[in-house]
Amino acid sequence: MSTVISVENISKTYRLGDIGGATLREDFARWCAKLRGDPDPLLKIPDEHHARHMGDLFLALDNVSFEVKQGEVLGIIGRNGAGKSTLLKILSQVTLPSSGQIKIKGRIASLLEVGTGFHPDLTGRENVFLNGAILGMTKAEIRRKFDAIVAFSEIEEFIDTPVKRYSSGMYVRLAFAVAAHLEPEILIVDEVLAVGDASFQKKCLGKMGQVSREGRTILFVSHNGAAIKALCSKAVLLTNGAVTAFGVVSDVIAVYSSGTASAGSVIEWRDPATAPGNESIRISYIRTISPESDEAITVDTGVLIEIGFDNLRKDINLDCTIYLISSDGVLIFESGHIISSNCDSRCGFYHLTGRIPAHLLNAGRYFLNVLFGKDQRYVLFRMDEVVSFDVENTLTGRGLNMGVAPGIIRPMLSWRHSFEERCSLVKES
Amino acid sequence: MNAPLNSVIDEGWTATITPHRGWFDWRLKQLWRYRDLIFLFVWRDFVSVYKQTILGPAWHIIQPLLTTITFTVVFGKVAKLSTNGVSPFLFYMVGTVFWGYFANNLTKTSATFVSNAHLLGKVYFHRLAIPISVAISNLVTLGVQLGIFLMCFAFQYTRGSNVHFTKWILLTPFYLLILGGYGFGGGIIVSALTTRYRDLANLVNFGVTLAMYATPVIYPVSAVPTHYRWVTQLNPLTVLMEGFRLGLLGVGSVDVAQLAASFGIMLVVLVVGLMLFTHVERIFMDTV
Repeated sequence: MSTVISVENISKTYRLGDIGGATLREDFARWCAKLRGDPDPLLKIPDEHHARHMGDLFLALDNVSFEVKQGEVLGIIGRNGAGKSTLLKILSQVTLPSSGQIKIKGRIASLLEVGTGFHPDLTGRENVFLNGAILGMTKAEIRRKFDAIVAFSEIEEFIDTPVKRYSSGMYVRLAFAVAAHLEPEILIVDEVLAVGDASFQKKCLGKMGQVSREGRTILFVSHNGAAIKALCSKAVLLTNGAVTAFGVVSDVIAVYSSGTASAGSVIEWRDPATAPGNESIRISYIRTISPESDEAITVDTGVLIEIGFDNLRKDINLDCTIYLISSDGVLIFESGHIISSNCDSRCGFYHLTGRIPAHLLNAGRYFLNVLFGKDQRYVLFRMDEVVSFDVENTLTGRGLNMGVAPGIIRPMLSWRHSFEERCSLVKES
Repeated sequence: MNAPLNSVIDEGWTATITPHRGWFDWRLKQLWRYRDLIFLFVWRDFVSVYKQTILGPAWHIIQPLLTTITFTVVFGKVAKLSTNGVSPFLFYMVGTVFWGYFANNLTKTSATFVSNAHLLGKVYFHRLAIPISVAISNLVTLGVQLGIFLMCFAFQYTRGSNVHFTKWILLTPFYLLILGGYGFGGGIIVSALTTRYRDLANLVNFGVTLAMYATPVIYPVSAVPTHYRWVTQLNPLTVLMEGFRLGLLGVGSVDVAQLAASFGIMLVVLVVGLMLFTHVERIFMDTV
């Protein structure tokens, strides 16, 4: 089979700092400094502890090479920040690589988001045409497939209603239906399947399977090993911007879930002067990691939370509370710790640890809000969604059912059963 | 890990993504493939704007009419500016309609990158599809407004007003091409620069208003004092506004050399615009 995508030594660097908000004055200051031979006055201080930072440049992709053959379903897997999205953006030509090249054979369509370009005031019918054209279809092509698209979306009766009146489920159905009827030689799909209800997801997976059987090539991106395993024949593992595994899907997933890459997430501020905080509190680090070192956080491991901060207020009643938020914004719980209750807080560095037990959180992404308080009444400092972490799915208690269990939490209940014979209800045959 | 793939020999690649893109790599052939998208954008602009409005497309007519009436009252009746002896209402209407076309082209295409950042960050299509669709929408609007102008013209003509078409009217499409080129070219230059300097977005809106007073839109060139007239002639839009009036109202004068110069400058603006646009398109997602 012939190669349809050849990715050759692709690297991508991003400038750090607020380049988007540049003003003429800032550029002028930079230019004047250059004339005088001074260093750039607006340059961010490089972080020498991070291997991917080179001065004010951040290496999002580091010399990535792989190839995809016709008809293959290739999974691209990696943790958050591993460079998956950057690779997708380069493949879909939204941005260009900094070095290297990619050669492509055939028409490519990418689905980084469902419903790109949907206009809220236009009806479902009108948006099908608009969205289809944005994704690269011609008008004639859309007209030909229109009935199939509407049938697939299962929202026939609302097709002439403005999409702003749609429920989010209907919106996603229609949007995916358009995308599913693209007929490119190569289809790139981001984690769009994460939206929509379970039965529709299944339908989408089925559609993608059908597409690949027709000899078209699919690149599927996810951080969910189970989904990749279900769909793909081969996979690429990205770790910190570099390819760390490429090959048969089960081998790559094995490397991925061994978790040597990164476990949990850690956010640190080395310089107290620039760390978030105020005249009361300076946060030094917040870590959400697996209690077993160097392992990924899974449903079976629980989560260890570590918070380090400098307290600048002497002799008060200090407390710290965390809020755990699910990826769809639901507050799952709050939990607090009273650090001092006799007006005896001390100025200096505090290190707190808390542990979310195993078999409590379901698989998914979570965010942490952190709040420091005084007298359990006044807020000294709070930071919302300061850290996010992923709890990975395991098969514990799920048997052969590969999917993620429904529900917000996933406790392991201590089930027992007893048995007694009741012959009276059993009919004799 | 996979070995480097330099050994790929089979040919037939349809696309290559490389870090560099030339200033002149405009991909106009590819743009042609997106013609359906361009027309859907035009259609979207018209349909979506008038959803949930009472007057709907009538706004295309109301806006220039009200502007013309205001100008007629303020500049014609109060300030008593010269209109070369023709009906002030028609004089101001020609100015308003054509200047409006230029101003809309410039301000709307200048927002291409910033106001479509979300869309452009998610999917690739030829980026010029957006400003081109804007220019076409504006052309349709202009057509409607010219229809209204012709009705007003006919009304005044039958009542014996001192206006008449001249043979110069045949050059009107050519003037429009130049005027559109300035609006479009200037707009994409600003759109490329605003990805880096947001300040420009503020400048454009009132800059266009100020430029209207610097161009003979509400006054004829002949009303400018003779020893300042050369300043007015430096403005490449001057000859166009005079040209529209000479053709449609029979007043004013057009110098062919000036017209040729205006056309030449327009081509330069357009080429510079396309170069900057192509350059920014490549890096825009990393800066906005």
